[in-house]
Amino acid sequence: MAKILNVTHLKKTYSSGSKELTVLDDISFDVEAGDTFAIVGPSGSGKTTLLGLCAGLDQTNSGTIELCGVPLNTLNEDERALLRNEKVGFIFQDFQLLPTLTALENVCVPLELQGNKNAKKASMELLKKVGLADRYHHYPSQLSGGEQQRVALARAFSNQPSILFADEPTGNLDEETGEKVVQLLFELNKEAGTTLIIVTHDLELARMNKHILRLKGGRIMANERTVEA
Amino acid sequence: MNHTSRTYSKADAQWLFKMAWRDGKASGKRLVLFMASIILGIAAVVSIQSFSNNLKENITIQSKALMGADFVIDSEQLPNEKVQRIIDSLGGQNAREVNFVSMVAFPNSGATKFMQVRGIEGGYPFYGTLMTKPISAGKKYQRNNGALVDGTVLLQYNVKVGDSIKIGNSVFPILGTLLSVPGSTGIGASFAPSVLIPFHSVEGTGLLQKGSRIDYNYYFVAKPEQDLELLNETVDPILDAERADMDTHTETSERLGRRYENVGRFLNLVAFIALLLGCVGVASSVHIYIKEKLRAVAVLKCIGATRKQTFLIYLIQIAGMGLLGGLIGTVAGLVLQQLFPLILQGLLPFQVELSISFQAILMGLTLGLFMSVLFALSPLLSTWYVSPLQVLRIDEQGSFASKKARLWVLAAIVLFTFLFAFWLLQNWQRAFVFVVGILITFAVLAGFANLFMKGIKKYFPSSWGFTARQSLLNLFRPNNQTTVLVLAIGVGMFLISTLYFTKDFLLAKANLENNEQSPNIILFDIQTEQKEAVVNSILLDELPVISTIPIVTMRVHSIKGKLANAIRLDTTSTINQWIINHEFRITYRDSLISSENSVEGEWPSVAIAGEPIPISLSDNVARDAQVKLGDHMVFNVQGVIMETVVRHIRTVDWGRVQLNFSILFPKGVLEKAPQFHVVTTHAPDEATSATMQRELVHKFPNVSILDLRQILSLIEDILNKISWVINFMAFFSILTGIMVLIGSVRTSKYQRIKESVLLRTIGARSKQILRITALEYLYLGLLGSGIGLLLAVLGSQMLAYFVFEIPFTPSWVPFLVILPGITFLVLLIGLGNSISVLRSPPLEVLRKEKS
Repeated sequence: MAKILNVTHLKKTYSSGSKELTVLDDISFDVEAGDTFAIVGPSGSGKTTLLGLCAGLDQTNSGTIELCGVPLNTLNEDERALLRNEKVGFIFQDFQLLPTLTALENVCVPLELQGNKNAKKASMELLKKVGLADRYHHYPSQLSGGEQQRVALARAFSNQPSILFADEPTGNLDEETGEKVVQLLFELNKEAGTTLIIVTHDLELARMNKHILRLKGGRIMANERTVEA
Repeated sequence: MNHTSRTYSKADAQWLFKMAWRDGKASGKRLVLFMASIILGIAAVVSIQSFSNNLKENITIQSKALMGADFVIDSEQLPNEKVQRIIDSLGGQNAREVNFVSMVAFPNSGATKFMQVRGIEGGYPFYGTLMTKPISAGKKYQRNNGALVDGTVLLQYNVKVGDSIKIGNSVFPILGTLLSVPGSTGIGASFAPSVLIPFHSVEGTGLLQKGSRIDYNYYFVAKPEQDLELLNETVDPILDAERADMDTHTETSERLGRRYENVGRFLNLVAFIALLLGCVGVASSVHIYIKEKLRAVAVLKCIGATRKQTFLIYLIQIAGMGLLGGLIGTVAGLVLQQLFPLILQGLLPFQVELSISFQAILMGLTLGLFMSVLFALSPLLSTWYVSPLQVLRIDEQGSFASKKARLWVLAAIVLFTFLFAFWLLQNWQRAFVFVVGILITFAVLAGFANLFMKGIKKYFPSSWGFTARQSLLNLFRPNNQTTVLVLAIGVGMFLISTLYFTKDFLLAKANLENNEQSPNIILFDIQTEQKEAVVNSILLDELPVISTIPIVTMRVHSIKGKLANAIRLDTTSTINQWIINHEFRITYRDSLISSENSVEGEWPSVAIAGEPIPISLSDNVARDAQVKLGDHMVFNVQGVIMETVVRHIRTVDWGRVQLNFSILFPKGVLEKAPQFHVVTTHAPDEATSATMQRELVHKFPNVSILDLRQILSLIEDILNKISWVINFMAFFSILTGIMVLIGSVRTSKYQRIKESVLLRTIGARSKQILRITALEYLYLGLLGSGIGLLLAVLGSQMLAYFVFEIPFTPSWVPFLVILPGITFLVLLIGLGNSISVLRSPPLEVLRKEKS
């Protein structure tokens, strides 16, 4: 199978005052298209930073990342944004819906950015699929946490991404709602054949993926293939 | 698809507008407050601009009506042969007038009044209307040998149509009330209101004698094909040589237009300050607004929006707000404009027909758009630099806008302000001074505010009670707008107080010392043979004669050997023309008076027979005549040529209400020259003054009497009118400040609610929270208006010292009335806007605010 994400000798440092803090060091791995991939590790291990780098939200200090066949370090910020718009979907722990837009408008945005004329119709179908057909015109503040995350799921799949990055998707939800959201996430992913990369603390959720990448102190501890997946 | 081949988003401009609208719709209330800041400024600028344009148009349209004719030839004496020939060659005048000021008496009431007597012959005015009551009186007064008397005077002295008026030796029946007459300006008419009588009856009054300043006007109606400009260019120089002058209606209206244009420009600047304040408010509000939007911007970038797109979404929002604010402000300005004729009543010499000025509308819309975008640019730049990483809870360093970009924005703001000020003032230097002045004022106010805040932090009053300390700390809360509020309140206070102080010391300068040694009544036009009788009459009334001043009239014959006519014809001469055209009224004395100070030379200077007579000149005459000590000037003293030499130059404080002279002769030279006299006295009260005036007017009809107290009250009235207009504009700054204040209270509402909830949770009572809020606004109001007042005192001190050269003692009104008033206003508005937060249960408020 083709590699959709290829990370080689990645290093990321931040300067904290006069000191340099290495957050990720010598990270190499790859992900095949259609795979599900979990990144786990204790707080401060660099999971979220790795996710941000892989999705082109930030730049590496050294090493390379190839996303959908494109070396990210050759792109400028706007080119990376366009790549994300075409190929990438996102799910965040705190949903990150635009508070001034309705549920429907939130789902429409990625499609509208692509110039899709049928954005509204496609978004309504997606919202129907996540069980929010009666919530099109509600603002995020009028929705529960679970509902907000479902809107975020619909938005993430709206541009039919090749790869989906999920950062602690259940972190802000209660157990029951979290389970439902995860179930919906995997269903939609399977249906769309999207590559899924999840950053999580939740080992149960991690085990639902075909691969688990374990990080500690900014280094890879293990890159395992799970039995369950 | 090759991702790198596409470097632009497929979302079009329509999408950007859609996003701006969607987001703006949900942030509506906050955007309305941004708009309010700019609406008032635009309303102020548009109303003034539109009214100024209307005024200019009216002056042009009404130029003939303002003069009452197409052109006029005027002279201070009966036309000589040459002037008469010119008048005849022009087909003879269509109407003529002789006018002078004199005391008139109303025999029925026994009252007397200093008025302008206008003797008219012919159908003047030919344009505009002579408004009288009854209407027919304007047509009958010449035929029936009657008088038309100013309406205010009739009302003041309880005189009615049908009563009589005594002018000099003649008594005229009052045929009508004079409501308006072309060319009579509001201010001039208040000093000496008009009375119209037939021209042929003036001689009989016996008032056309030497000493009185008499003007003869010859009014003409031009033929349709006549080129007035050409006529003026040809005839005026010839008339000038004969001490006459020609004025066309266009020339007069242009002069008048320029005068009012200056007033308009000044008011425009005051309005522009209000707009600038509003813009500072916009910048501050947008800063907080955008700060709250940065997370959404990061999300948008995360899901594929470019930097340009996110920047444009909010730029469109702000531009839309500015345009809408400009539109509402423009409409408000046009409505406000309707008030101006009422506000300026008595200051304008004509009725202003109001119309919509398209230039003002265009300006309002453009200003709204440009100013809001310009001032919002700096905070808007943050959207460009925000990193999408923020959505992952990673605070990336360097996501702030670059310093260079902010400097460019600041430079653009200063440049735009300068260009707009230049457009208003039409003068580079003044525009520069204005911009520098604004920058300094704003910087000083902001600097003071910051200094004060730092001072509080450093010397925090830890011993104060909980509420007082907490409210002081509130001034430092995150997203606080303390500096902006202090700036807005301070500028408003500064403007209003400076105007108050200036008016105050202008009045003080003009005011009289109320003691028996200081004259408050001046009697002039006293003939030499009347002098003794007048003095005796005053003494009989048991009033003091403080001084008798002889006055001799003369004209310049030559300066430094060059004849006046030669100077007049010499186009290269830089000597001011008024010097050679003016009839000087001079006196002779061997001492200086309190309003005079020596600059060069010595006075008195002794006249030596056979040598040129030493004279003293006021510095402005010396400057305009371009003479210095030792230079020779020759005067024509009613036919007698006198050679003089400049031996003394002095400054004269013309602002003092007393008799001042530009030229002084020494004693022992002019005693035998034809002269008239001025006598000054002091009347302790108005009743004594009125009795004395009645007696004198009865005995000596040609003698005019000026009661300085009346003049002072007129000056005060005019200054009040002017300061009312300026205060009206300055109030816009205060109103803008209030809008910024409301905006700030609303913007920080959520923060305040959180504080309030927290305080309640830890046991604070509603009363305590109310006190904390009230004290916070009290500090803000006091700080803003206090700094503004302090600056006003400093500014006025400088004005008094450098410009008016008088000592300045600030009056108590700004301290005791304006400062507490503005502070109270701030307190009221602050509390009014916070009351819903203070009254509702904490959780309910939080839920409401979150949704």
